[in-house]
Amino acid sequence: MSLTSLSAFEVARKVKAGELKAVEVAEAALAQIQAVDGLSGSLDGGAVSADEEKKVHAFIQLTEKMALEQAEKVDQAIARGEDAGILAGVPVSIKDIFCVEGTTTTAASRILSNFEPPYTATAVQRLIDQGALILGKVNLDEFTFGSSNESSAYQPASNNPWNTEHVPGGSSGGSAASVAAEEVALSLGTDTGGSIRQPAAFCGVVGLKPTYGRVSRLGLIAFSSSLDCPGPISRDVRDSALMLQAMAGVDPKDSTSSTRPVDDYLAALGQDVKGLRIGLSPDYDAVYYPDFETGEVRKEAIQKEVHDTLYRSAELLAKAGAEIVENVPMPNTAYGIPAYFVISRVEAASNLHRFDGVKYGYRTEPAVSNLSELYRLTRAEGFGPQVKLRILMGMYLSAAGHDADYYTHAQKVRALIRQNFVRAFDPDGGHRLDALLTPTTATTSFKRKAVFGDSLLMQYSDQMTVSSNHAGVPALTIPAGLDEAGLPIGIQLIGSDFREDQILRIGYAFEQVSRDEAWREARPQVLAGEVKA
Amino acid sequence: MKDYEVVIGLETHIQLNTNTKIFCSCKADSWEDEANTNICPVCSGLPGTLPVLNEEAVRKGALLAAAMHAEVNPLSRFDRKNYFYPDLPKGYQITQFDEPIGKGGYLDLKMADGTKKRVRIHKLHLEEDAGKTKIEHGTRLVDFNRCGVPLIEMVTEPDLRSGEEAAQYLIQLRQLLRWIGVSEADMERGHLRCDANVSIRERGSQVLNTKTEIKNVNSIDSVRQAIDEEAKRQIELVESGGKVESYTLDWDADRNKLSLMRSKETEADYRYFRDPDLLPVKLSQEEIDEIIASLPELPLDRQARFVAEYGLSEYDADILTNERSLSDYYEAAVSAYAGEPKAVANWMMNDLSRMLNDLGKTADQLVLGPKALAEIIQMVDDGKINAATGKSLLKKVEESGSRPAEIVEKEGLGLIADSDALRAQIEAVLAGAPDEVASFKAGKESLLGWFVGQVMRSSGGKADPKRTREILLELLKK
Repeated sequence: MSLTSLSAFEVARKVKAGELKAVEVAEAALAQIQAVDGLSGSLDGGAVSADEEKKVHAFIQLTEKMALEQAEKVDQAIARGEDAGILAGVPVSIKDIFCVEGTTTTAASRILSNFEPPYTATAVQRLIDQGALILGKVNLDEFTFGSSNESSAYQPASNNPWNTEHVPGGSSGGSAASVAAEEVALSLGTDTGGSIRQPAAFCGVVGLKPTYGRVSRLGLIAFSSSLDCPGPISRDVRDSALMLQAMAGVDPKDSTSSTRPVDDYLAALGQDVKGLRIGLSPDYDAVYYPDFETGEVRKEAIQKEVHDTLYRSAELLAKAGAEIVENVPMPNTAYGIPAYFVISRVEAASNLHRFDGVKYGYRTEPAVSNLSELYRLTRAEGFGPQVKLRILMGMYLSAAGHDADYYTHAQKVRALIRQNFVRAFDPDGGHRLDALLTPTTATTSFKRKAVFGDSLLMQYSDQMTVSSNHAGVPALTIPAGLDEAGLPIGIQLIGSDFREDQILRIGYAFEQVSRDEAWREARPQVLAGEVKA
Repeated sequence: MKDYEVVIGLETHIQLNTNTKIFCSCKADSWEDEANTNICPVCSGLPGTLPVLNEEAVRKGALLAAAMHAEVNPLSRFDRKNYFYPDLPKGYQITQFDEPIGKGGYLDLKMADGTKKRVRIHKLHLEEDAGKTKIEHGTRLVDFNRCGVPLIEMVTEPDLRSGEEAAQYLIQLRQLLRWIGVSEADMERGHLRCDANVSIRERGSQVLNTKTEIKNVNSIDSVRQAIDEEAKRQIELVESGGKVESYTLDWDADRNKLSLMRSKETEADYRYFRDPDLLPVKLSQEEIDEIIASLPELPLDRQARFVAEYGLSEYDADILTNERSLSDYYEAAVSAYAGEPKAVANWMMNDLSRMLNDLGKTADQLVLGPKALAEIIQMVDDGKINAATGKSLLKKVEESGSRPAEIVEKEGLGLIADSDALRAQIEAVLAGAPDEVASFKAGKESLLGWFVGQVMRSSGGKADPKRTREILLELLKK
């Protein structure tokens, strides 16, 4: 097994045991990036060669110097006999929506193309404090607004390492792609409606959206503040547990972070799943979306292979001793996207007010003397179409006279969605679930340009994931098979508030029980030697 | 001309005197700081930053609400008021929209004619201040120092009827703010800012006509003048057949003139919604009770009590309750003094307040404590020192920090009340003035005062005047 295939857990173990130098790990990661990543995303990056089409393009910015310096520090600490942290020498990529001092933090937008934050996000700092090596900033949909990475102002956008003609998903597409392509062991992503889990599922890796408030949002450039959750992306469940362990816990600089003590997630993995109650819901068997012409709500069954994989996975878990509870009603799932549409856009429009060309970031040129012209031109030139669409929608939905119709109403829907989960997990209720098992996505990864441009349809690809953002509960996606085209299929475990330990434990058990399945032998295209290095 | 009345509502912004800003740990007050030197990523609105609420601002806001007789809300929330302006780095202001910290309330004003006027409060909420912009050499400059300073916005009902009433409201509000210690309330430094909404109507009418808003009225005199000017303008306009339009006006204090800032045809849409970055502000009943209990006796209550309890005139009581530390000083001095409370009032209103003015101190900053003042007055009463010595002692105690009795002893300022020593001095004076003694004995008794004066001179002012008179009469009438 090559160095870059090692799990974060193994890397940290070997580095701490002196079997491996952190500097060697950093150099191996940089070599792998060199081999598979191709051109980094850049502003006005145009058409690329056929060769480049087959690269991953996860990164916007490499932080080679930072990674090597951090690696040297880790090696020195170990030489002095000090504890180098639970992520000693582990290569990590950071979604370029997190402020990291010493990097440009772009949000994949022209408007922040020159923004260098004077501080580092709490989640990132905690990774560094545990010995992680920051290899660079990875691509995303502009301001996280999208599910395919294609809306990034930094092109070429990331490709899916399993098939580079396909999208890696989004918005944390660069994160998932960089982990799947073994450029890094871990990536820090964010999940507002599914932005960690959907790309993780598309790229055949593990992604965890923690409970809202479990990981600090400080330094995360806000999309929808009441929904945004930073979280780990990794190649196996144990690595996500390890990464969450490093990041979780109260942050005095984030009032919405939870003061609840952090569980021992690694210890939870050792326990079996005998007697745990895992639910299946018919409400996750289809997606509902409005017909654009008539407005009528249409129901469309999920991809058959996804459905089959879900049920086969449930059987495997039953074999491991879990109790499968069928027909759990989650009737408000269908309203997740419309409510999300309203809440996220109202909050986004407000959060994006600050990008006005006055203080930092892009400003229109040549200079204009009229203030509203400065605003108008800066924002017209600085934001991409997806961002403008969301701002317009958010402005409309929160305008005086509309706020009660839309935002307030959506908040009520949100409360009802949460009710479904509260009832399902109620220890005195009829279902008493420890976790709900659902597909992560209705389909596997789609081809580039297949959905892009149809922002409504793009949005509906989050239907399986968005409810847990509304409810605030944690959700984990793990790879569970491949479709006929060889594209990964993810399944999702949703837990109750702050029970990341429980869903990680079940996910880990699934990995053990499916260890010998044939699909586990498959490797992403970019790693299978089909791409010229 | 019809009989018009002026209808005024005031919107005040009160800077709370907390140590730090409302959502970050920058110090709250930036007076005279270089532009943009008292800022951090939070108050300058960098991406990714989050607000953390300063509890001291909440406590002071609640205390002010209680002092305004408003209901302190056990649950209040913060909202975003969205608009674009360069001095607003986040593009929204964090404020309280529909669930503010205080509900209702009023301020009772004491008017010059002794009547009371109740001004009801329409709105009282916490919010953050914005920065400042200015144009210099054709360039617009922004200073974020003031961003995030904790404010209370307080809006009155349209209950005021003249520039003078508006001025009184501000004077008495300022007194209250300082009294309860929530704000320095210095208008020059912008700790207390005021916008005035002015409209007119025929006396007796209940309608509210189109109002204009006057901005930048940042002294009490400006408020009085600007409102009177604007009322006059509106009346003349309406009398000449014109119509008042919803303007925003700017008061130029240097030229005493109003000018049009902008016409305000439509209300801006601020797209208020709850700030998801902040939790609701919860105050338990115990916390609210504790805040209300910590509220000191308010100025008007204390004034009334001074009249009733100490027999002071309204005038004296008013002056002594102008400022809380002065009234605390007065009460402490009265309780340390055996004589009439009125005597203490006289000393304080004359000599002590002159000293406070000269030194630029407030009563609580004096070295000369209320007990020392009481001791000085007592010594004068007891004939141990004369009044002039007493007055000079005020300054000596303030400068030296010594006890009054010690200074009297050390400097030999006490009056000569010892009969033998005094008698000898008086006998010497009489011996040196045989003609006057003869005149007195012949019936010119008005010379007594002259003799007293001679004794005073020869004793260097230390003779006890009462004893001197007694001994003189005894010797002269022999």
